[in-house]
Amino acid sequence: MINSIPPAAIFIVGALFVPLIRGRLKSAYMLVLPVLAFAILVKMPEGKYWVVRILDYDLIFGRVDRLSMVFGYIFTFISLLGILFALKVTDDLQHVSALMYAGGALGVAFSGDLVSLYVFWELLAISSTFLILARRTKASQLAAFRYILVHVFGGLCLLAGIMFYIHDSGTAEFANIGLGGTASWLIFLGIALNAAIPPLHPWLQDAYPEATVTGAVFMCALTTKSAVYLMARTFPGTELLIWLGALMTVVPLLYGILENDVRRVLAYIIINQVGFMMVGIGIGTELAINGAVAHAFCDILYVGLLFMATGSVLHMTGKIRCTDLGGLYKTMPLTCLFCMIGAASISGFPFFNDFISKSMIVSAAAHEKLSVIWLILQFASAGVFLHAGIKVPFFTFFGQDSGIRAKDPPLNMLLAMGGAALLCVVTGVFPGALYDILPYPVHFVPYSAAHVVNELQLLMFGGLAFVLLIRTGHYPEQVRAINLDTDWFYRKGGRLFYYVMDKVLNGVNVVADRAIAQGISVWVGRLSRRPLTSLVSLYMKAMGKDRVAMEEFEQETSPEATSLMAMGVPVFVSLVFVFSLFVVFAFLG
Amino acid sequence: MNLFCDQIEGQAEMKRELKLFEKSENVKRFLWFFYAFLVVLLIVDFFVHKHAAFPWEATPAFFAAYGFSSCVLLIFMAKALRIFIKRDEDYYD
Repeated sequence: MINSIPPAAIFIVGALFVPLIRGRLKSAYMLVLPVLAFAILVKMPEGKYWVVRILDYDLIFGRVDRLSMVFGYIFTFISLLGILFALKVTDDLQHVSALMYAGGALGVAFSGDLVSLYVFWELLAISSTFLILARRTKASQLAAFRYILVHVFGGLCLLAGIMFYIHDSGTAEFANIGLGGTASWLIFLGIALNAAIPPLHPWLQDAYPEATVTGAVFMCALTTKSAVYLMARTFPGTELLIWLGALMTVVPLLYGILENDVRRVLAYIIINQVGFMMVGIGIGTELAINGAVAHAFCDILYVGLLFMATGSVLHMTGKIRCTDLGGLYKTMPLTCLFCMIGAASISGFPFFNDFISKSMIVSAAAHEKLSVIWLILQFASAGVFLHAGIKVPFFTFFGQDSGIRAKDPPLNMLLAMGGAALLCVVTGVFPGALYDILPYPVHFVPYSAAHVVNELQLLMFGGLAFVLLIRTGHYPEQVRAINLDTDWFYRKGGRLFYYVMDKVLNGVNVVADRAIAQGISVWVGRLSRRPLTSLVSLYMKAMGKDRVAMEEFEQETSPEATSLMAMGVPVFVSLVFVFSLFVVFAFLG
Repeated sequence: MNLFCDQIEGQAEMKRELKLFEKSENVKRFLWFFYAFLVVLLIVDFFVHKHAAFPWEATPAFFAAYGFSSCVLLIFMAKALRIFIKRDEDYYD
């Protein structure tokens, strides 16, 4: 019986009851939702079900195969951890939107047709916007506004693509679409925007750092990774993705090194990590797809963990800039420890989960003899350690003592971080459990002596570069500044557009106002009130009389004022005029 | 090694603080450990059987050199990029 409810519905319907429940019961209720969803998930057989026929289309809410299951599992895990992390939040808006958001992500993972997919896709965008708005600062309101506008654009691209696709193929069902034709390009564009593929990426680094402490945990896990799922579903083996992915792995690293806001540093690392996944999907072999999916699974855990740890710092200190933080390990040792585990995981140290997932993608590139891509990926791997592995913990918890003496966050937040950290280590030490749920059979052995030594050399000597450069003062100083990204085009461009529209349209308004509202109508009014004076003064103007003579004439000789014409005369003239019009139209027309 | 110090603050309140890296000798110890580990990694490299997909992978210490140069390059690229993209914090306001 329980199998008749899709897991997405548990979250979406469940979210509606959150505001009605109070106190401990509410906490228990929210924690039960992901557990219940997981219980349903593990019992879901492969196949297509929960089909609803609306108009001429079959809406498939349960397209279950190995690819969708991995994402179903990890979305449920991170929802549980995210809810645990947010348990003390008293703002129902955040709880409801977070649960809806998780439901949207699960909906995307299991929908088998483009119509229901689109609905869940938009639910993701709308619900996550509230997680930014809920921060209730000026900056967050503006960021949320930009975020929703960008996602509406992406959603419309997807919708247009879907319409073309359904028109061309006659069905709303989808699987591997592949690039070619307008429909597929539009769909690709819509997914690419959510996957933060440059130049469509800046919404991510713009919005995530402005989200609430707990909202950012859901955001970093769900939007980009549901786009990764969809990309793996619809465009596996697309060569363009290899190159876009390679670009994504490198460019955000540069920004991450310069960025001052710690959560923005992490936002850039998300783009970098999704880059690895895009390369995997682009390569498209079984090993590469497995790698991309495994990497998405691991990424959700350690990026979630890092957002929880840095969110805890923001929650406890109210500060999040590198220039304001430092030395927090003294009073926040547990948060520091969890952050270090997240940092070690994201850097791909042996016995942490990234080591077993990223290397699958790198090996897939090696198998296909993609030497340039392989070199770029190794370059980026070293860079990730520098950027997220060292920078985030160093400037937050070590480095220059900021004098802040904040304590570790409340128990529920520590437990959530502990859970994520544990999963990062467990999947790193025992990769078999993760390998078992991947889409294709895995024949990959991560723990060979050569691989461990190579990876450690790559990372530790990258670390040596950091040590040497920071001790010699060559490491870029952390400064309060912003770094221009491609959002410049719509943030400044939007203003330019506004300015141009303001000048052009309001200019037309002013001209029209002068000519019609003030010019013609005033003159016609004057003509009808004082026809003789107006005509005479017009004649005088035409003859070149000066202004003084005209004013004298208007003041002294006003023929209408002395006229003894009865009121009835103009009425009679008007009646004659109307009657003559009637005659013209009735008999001549 | 004394990791915890009981410290008396202004309000005569006892506070336990982790003071691992406050002492410069601990930082030095950490760095020596780090450098020693790097040397070990280089030595071990010669005893590990490598199954290389690309010819350069088999070169001893390739990954060490590549990791180090990648990070140096990345940092200097970032510094160069900063010249073009750095703006005041109120740039968009």
